[in-house]
Amino acid sequence: MKKKLLSAVLSATMLASVLTGCGGSTGETPAAAPAETTAATEAAAPAETTAATEATDTTAAGTGKVYYLNFKPEQAQAWEALAAKYTEETGVQVDVQTAASGTYESTLKSEIAKTEAPTLFQVNGPVGLATWNDYCYDLSDSAVYKELKSDDFALKDGDAVKGLAYVVETYGIIYNKDILNDYFTKDYAVVKSVDEINSFDQLKAVADSIQENKDDLGVKGAFTSAGMDSSSDWRFKTHLANLPIYYEYKADGIGSTDAIKGTYLENYKNIWDLYITDATCEASLLSSKTGEDATADFALGDAVFYQNGTWAYGDLSANGMSDESLGMLPIYIGAEGEENQGLCTGSENYWCVNKNASAEDIQATLDFMYWCVTSEAGCSALSGEMGFVCPFNAFDSYPATNPLINIANEYVSAGKTSVSWTFTTMPSEEWKNGVGSALLEYAQGTGEWSAVETAFVDGWATEYAAANN
Amino acid sequence: MEKAIKKYFPIFALPTLLAFTIGFILPFVLGVYLSFCEFSTVTDAKFVGLKNYIRIWGDSTFIHSLWFTALFTIVSVLAINILAFAVAMLLTKGIKGTNIFRTVFFMPNLIGGIILGYIWQLILNGVLATIGRTLTYSSSYGFWGLIILMCWQQVGYMMIIYIAGIQNIPGDLIEAAKIDGANNRQLLRHVTLPMVMPSITICSFLTLTNSFKLFDQNLALTAGEPSNKSEMLALNIYNTFYGRTGWEGVGQAKAVVFFILVAIIAIVQLRATRQKEVQA
Repeated sequence: MKKKLLSAVLSATMLASVLTGCGGSTGETPAAAPAETTAATEAAAPAETTAATEATDTTAAGTGKVYYLNFKPEQAQAWEALAAKYTEETGVQVDVQTAASGTYESTLKSEIAKTEAPTLFQVNGPVGLATWNDYCYDLSDSAVYKELKSDDFALKDGDAVKGLAYVVETYGIIYNKDILNDYFTKDYAVVKSVDEINSFDQLKAVADSIQENKDDLGVKGAFTSAGMDSSSDWRFKTHLANLPIYYEYKADGIGSTDAIKGTYLENYKNIWDLYITDATCEASLLSSKTGEDATADFALGDAVFYQNGTWAYGDLSANGMSDESLGMLPIYIGAEGEENQGLCTGSENYWCVNKNASAEDIQATLDFMYWCVTSEAGCSALSGEMGFVCPFNAFDSYPATNPLINIANEYVSAGKTSVSWTFTTMPSEEWKNGVGSALLEYAQGTGEWSAVETAFVDGWATEYAAANN
Repeated sequence: MEKAIKKYFPIFALPTLLAFTIGFILPFVLGVYLSFCEFSTVTDAKFVGLKNYIRIWGDSTFIHSLWFTALFTIVSVLAINILAFAVAMLLTKGIKGTNIFRTVFFMPNLIGGIILGYIWQLILNGVLATIGRTLTYSSSYGFWGLIILMCWQQVGYMMIIYIAGIQNIPGDLIEAAKIDGANNRQLLRHVTLPMVMPSITICSFLTLTNSFKLFDQNLALTAGEPSNKSEMLALNIYNTFYGRTGWEGVGQAKAVVFFILVAIIAIVQLRATRQKEVQA
């Protein structure tokens, strides 16, 4: 009997060593870096600052370090370069990690539970803040907050400043000027100048005639592929969906709602139909089309229109688009008064500082943020290489080099009304996914439009209730 | 000897026991505890009792992925084992180049699931493009894509186990059967199959649990598209945990339910096939 027990225990441990082959090594990582274990105890008890300072005296002279979890894959390399520059100047360690497209929330969720949690992370607006509010440091006394141009760019919870918008972005329908100008010279052109495209009907007429004469124009379609791969589907389930929501809010005079009515869903359908019909690819292939496919369609001159925003400039110029051939149109969906509609401008990038980080790390992070938006190196990197418009005072002397931003500014100075980003009030990611899936199934013919309506209207109510109970 | 083992037992067992506790028992206990909690990250949980377990059944995607997984498991266990056994029979006949074939068949198993998933996504999308469709056009494409992928990956591995089993059949047994006038079919049915029953037990166990727990291949091939219709249980749990704010506890509860399901199925299957094993 004893023998049996012994062999059972022995075989159990043997099995255990096989099973824990992977688990064991991850368990050891903190031990491999003993300096970091002190940080762990601090993070657990940030209130005991005196104890914490004493503890860190033994480590890197109490300077603290920065770990930035970046949201924007387009700017990943630029951020890493900027971080390296900061480390070179000040000796403070700055790690930048970038989450792959569409995985920011899950990456943040697992990273923030770690001992070495991000000290600087992003939320996408009020809905994102609701999730991470407990982790956000109150920035109201910070120097970087005082550099912010206006309180409109701060994300507040009562009086506490929990997030700072560090980039303001604009999206619309980017068009290829060269091809469009060529089109205007043709006898089948329905309009003769881009200024005449000021409504959905005009846009559709132009797109339809381009599609009809695509061989003559040397393009594959009017619009790029409306890819529904996760690298591209946010352009439609989030950014395009902004317009019907914006007009509904405007008509009802509200800024957010617990139950959307879907007043402008018919317009949403019209523009989506246009995107998938006058396109470079069959609608049945959309599910696997990526963001890169759309960028390539546009940059190679296979498509005239491309719904995307100012952040796409880097990818477009890297693919050989020249600045002069870029233009931008508002997304017209056929709502009343849309001839005065401008581009969609707003922010879904709010910087938040992890309040559970040690006091040194918080300070180091605040210093880094301040440096980014005030120093020469920081400002020129953000406005130049990354092509951002940053709502901080110092950026007045750093005009944007991104031509799409200049186009956006022209719309504002021409007196057009910018469409605000209402998608930050969408109840949850799940809602967006539901709408996205329904859009895709409608596009490829395996679903009905009514499924989109259900996902849009009923999904909003259920998701809002689920998120707010 | 036994005395010495007893004396030094703690010293030998402690490191692995420790690793086992840290890497397996603790996370498991924590996981079960978390399934009774509401939390946004695993370090700030609040106890809520059975609420998460009740919420599972309000999530239609879970039920769908349960059936999808069950169907997938049945089809893939049958397909993989039949194919693997057939290949093993062929490659124990002593045909030329047997070793090369065995190596080639085994190779796919050395590639990771994510990479395999993307490779097959390219291949299958390329094939489906001829009819103007893609893999995520409908969930049945995803289903059969996964079956093909899993067969390609697992057949070689199971084949090796079957080959070992077949080679272990004593030659005199087959000879005796032949002298008694058994034809090939009878030989297979009454000698080979009962004799490789231990291999069948282990292969069906491996394929059953692998298919039920499938994650990387599912993620890489279809990621659950369209509309979560090709989403299997493991991916569903992952998406619930990471994809939905406020549903982390529900994801955890699903994982516990999932564990119980896999355990029950595996035990039942082991019992059932064990009974069929014979001694030569």
